[in-house]
Amino acid sequence: MSDTFASAKLFAITFLFWMLLNGAFALDVILVGALVAGAITFFLGGSLHFLSGYRLTGESARATVGYVGYFLGELVKANISVARVVLDPALPVVPAIVKVRTRLRNPVARLLLANSITLTPGTLTVEMTDEWLYVHWVVARTTDPEAATDAIVAGFEKYLEVMYD
Amino acid sequence: MIVLTTLGVAVMSIGTVFLALAGLGLLRMPDTYTRIQAGTKATTLGTILVLVGAALIMPEWTVKLALIALFLMFTNPLSSQVLARAAHRAGVPATRETRTDALAEDKEGLA
Amino acid sequence: MTDTLLFPGFIAMLAFALGFWRFVVGPRPVDRIVAFDGLTVIAVTGLVLAALVSGRGIYLDVALVYALLSFLGVIVAARYIEGGDQ
Repeated sequence: MSDTFASAKLFAITFLFWMLLNGAFALDVILVGALVAGAITFFLGGSLHFLSGYRLTGESARATVGYVGYFLGELVKANISVARVVLDPALPVVPAIVKVRTRLRNPVARLLLANSITLTPGTLTVEMTDEWLYVHWVVARTTDPEAATDAIVAGFEKYLEVMYD
Repeated sequence: MIVLTTLGVAVMSIGTVFLALAGLGLLRMPDTYTRIQAGTKATTLGTILVLVGAALIMPEWTVKLALIALFLMFTNPLSSQVLARAAHRAGVPATRETRTDALAEDKEGLA
Repeated sequence: MTDTLLFPGFIAMLAFALGFWRFVVGPRPVDRIVAFDGLTVIAVTGLVLAALVSGRGIYLDVALVYALLSFLGVIVAARYIEGGDQ
């Protein structure tokens, strides 16, 4: 990916964020936004490079839709399971901290994966090293890294792999 | 209009029920890690539902409410992870029922 | 409209009270920060309710900045705990 294209994407992201924050299409708002987004891209482009790792392809857009849908479904499931545990007088918890593996390299993709794991049923990311994630599991079904990877990571990884370089 | 408002209040009410479940989870769970789990999941969905309900009542606020929801969806799990990591590094013990702690085992291996 | 918001408002207050209980009893500093983290999210909900009741959109900006600052506060507190025992 060329540097110009990466800069253009960063500019677009920061400008879009500014417009959403203002919520108005006045000329002065657009001018100031373009100025600030341009300055951020120009001066901080190097350190914010990770923000532009998102792929702009049709395949990636489909994966994003799939990811958001899957994520929202898992979030609702997570809450139902929390409700069930919390409202049960016996408080049935069998916690464990298990290791899972990830293939993702892009920092934003890894952040999204860790966040998704935290918001899905019974799991919470505790620590991240190069390829291992340490996940606290409220009702641990397995302590084997491979089986845990299949249960926790695989569902999100297949979307995130397509979305990010 | 009145239908949207009623629907909005209903969605908001469900959201606040999840918030109350989060509060109950914070109170009832046996150790720090399980408390973080209950706290973060239920507050995230609860707040999102409240924001959706508010957007139904006040459609002209939708963009700003969506921005708050997006922001919370990013930061809420992140702060939970940072807290869990801090607790583990500071040696806060997990409940006795915990089956294994792969992280503590790997740390001992490195030391 | 304001009357119908009484129910969600009441439940949100209940949620806040439960979380605050954990905040008071602790027992560890980490537990208090965890409770505080949950309370700030409930407070964002409270601000959105305040915006609806008063009909003033400016409270949403307050909620956004409040969420941002409380997130940073929790991160700073967590970093402090992390360094404390090691």
